[in-house]
Amino acid sequence: MFVRIKHLIIKEFIQSFRDKRLLFIIFIAPIIQLVLFGFAITTDIKDVPTIIMDLDRTAESRSFISKIENGGNFRIDYYINDEKEIVSMLDSGKAELAVKIYPGFEKSLKKGNTAAIQVIIDGSNSNTAAMILNHMSQISANYSMSILIERIDHFEKLSGKKISRSLDFFSNEIRIWYNPSLKSRISNIPGVLAFILLVLTVILTSVSIVKERERGTIEQLIVSPLKPVELILGKTIPFAIIGFIDVLIVISLSFSLFKIPLNGNLPLLFFSMLLYLFNTLGVGLFISTVSKTQQQAMMTSFFFTMPAVMLSGFVFPIENMPKVIQYLTYINPVKYFLVIVNGIFLKGTGFSILWPNMLALGAIGFIILFISVIRFKKRLE
Amino acid sequence: MENIIEVENLTKNFGSFTAVNSVTFSVKKGEIFGFLGPNGAGKSTTIKILCGLLIPTSGKASTFGFDVYRQSEKIKENIGYMSQKFSLYPDLTVEENINFYAGIYRVDPKIRNIRKNDLLKLLELTENRKTIAGLLPAGFKQRLALSCALIHDPPVIFLDEPTSGVDPVSRRNFWRLIKSFANSGKTIFVTTHYLDEAEYCNRISLIYDGRIIELESPYRIKKSYEERFNLKNPTLEDVFIKSIENYRAANNEF
Repeated sequence: MFVRIKHLIIKEFIQSFRDKRLLFIIFIAPIIQLVLFGFAITTDIKDVPTIIMDLDRTAESRSFISKIENGGNFRIDYYINDEKEIVSMLDSGKAELAVKIYPGFEKSLKKGNTAAIQVIIDGSNSNTAAMILNHMSQISANYSMSILIERIDHFEKLSGKKISRSLDFFSNEIRIWYNPSLKSRISNIPGVLAFILLVLTVILTSVSIVKERERGTIEQLIVSPLKPVELILGKTIPFAIIGFIDVLIVISLSFSLFKIPLNGNLPLLFFSMLLYLFNTLGVGLFISTVSKTQQQAMMTSFFFTMPAVMLSGFVFPIENMPKVIQYLTYINPVKYFLVIVNGIFLKGTGFSILWPNMLALGAIGFIILFISVIRFKKRLE
Repeated sequence: MENIIEVENLTKNFGSFTAVNSVTFSVKKGEIFGFLGPNGAGKSTTIKILCGLLIPTSGKASTFGFDVYRQSEKIKENIGYMSQKFSLYPDLTVEENINFYAGIYRVDPKIRNIRKNDLLKLLELTENRKTIAGLLPAGFKQRLALSCALIHDPPVIFLDEPTSGVDPVSRRNFWRLIKSFANSGKTIFVTTHYLDEAEYCNRISLIYDGRIIELESPYRIKKSYEERFNLKNPTLEDVFIKSIENYRAANNEF
């Protein structure tokens, strides 16, 4: 049994390494994805192109503008005087934020009244817009606070009384755990891991089996004493090994490039991966039984992997999905694996906490594999 | 001489369709046995049963003494099979293809290397051992497929239309090889479309409509048709067409 499986694995590796396209998909694509998710695709906002229309032109208005500029979130690209330019620049996407300071800004503040400013945000990307809104609200709140304190100082001087400046009516100490600087690249890494493993193993398994059928080589294997179980193992183990290698690449790169350490236990991560691979290899096997050509296998693979990723909580929070869809995510292995990798990678959580997810992952994997193996055997006969 | 393949009243039904209809024949050791017939006549169903891939509906069949109902694993270990598709891995080299199939049949690497060298030499592939199989011309591919089917030194060889798409010179050389294997004691079971190829067989069986309608040596079949139907120096093709016409007439077809 082992001799035959060994030769199937050797053959699969020779084929994979001889195919330059495949080699690229196996080893270069994961690196590109990691770098893309790590560097390029970030949900943090930085240097948002901003328009300032200052109609007040006083020391006070300039001080407010400098507060906007200094945070690093906004980059002031344009100072304008004409209202129409705001429209054209937001329309063309040259700017995503416009701040208009009305005349009399300083005068109102000096008098102790409320001064008016207008903030216009490009809402076509709702995520970015929400974040811009957050940052702007914070800037004006801080600014209001400093004015309030100035006024209290002024009042104390006039009246000679002491007034408490503390706003701590209640204390909320905010601590953000696991990813203290809220960098999106850190929270992306587990998702990248789950995603790469999923796409790679599902596609490689299904395509390599369908290829044998297309070329007629499977016929030659059927007339040999090779057993179906041996064929299945010989067709899945190579891609499991490739998956493990890719995970090692991602872990070491995320540490060396992004300084993201693996907080938890590596053997536990590998054990969970094995459970996850039962799922993905099972799906790959299943797809090979319903596809006639390699293209069909590819398309069917995407048909499975896309929703699996979308409904995993990697892209959109599951809590925000409609109830029906939320129930659907319970049978999504990617969801459980994501929780586990998040836990092991970022939080350093152990088996005692993660076991329900591992159990679910293993159970779903077992069912998928069971159905696929039965279908696969039927197809062989 | 002992019988390597024995078939008695073999029948295979697929639903209401009878693919093989009560067929009886036997193949002796060292014989080249030809299976001729139009597409859909039941050739590949019979070959599949004899290779242990299909369970018959009724009747007896055994290959190399192993029963097709119960000992398909044993049968598979003792047969070599080569199909018209030349089931090779086009992205592996000649040598890697042979090594792979040797591994599948669990041939000891030392024995494998000896056999491999012999086969490569015999089939004139030694210079191409490092060539990627996909780049070989059809005649070379056919010889490589034969080496892969023979690497475990099987006593029985099944050839399913082995020379389709191969040039006449290669075909001729191929048949010389097959003859030499038969002379060394291997039993060959071959299906073919090419009637000139049937001349290489010791005996041929014409199969039509799931039944064997003739079973003799090519020479004797031709001789008997010459006498029965007043044909002058009939070729196998003439005999083949006449036999089908005759069968249809006898069974009130048309």
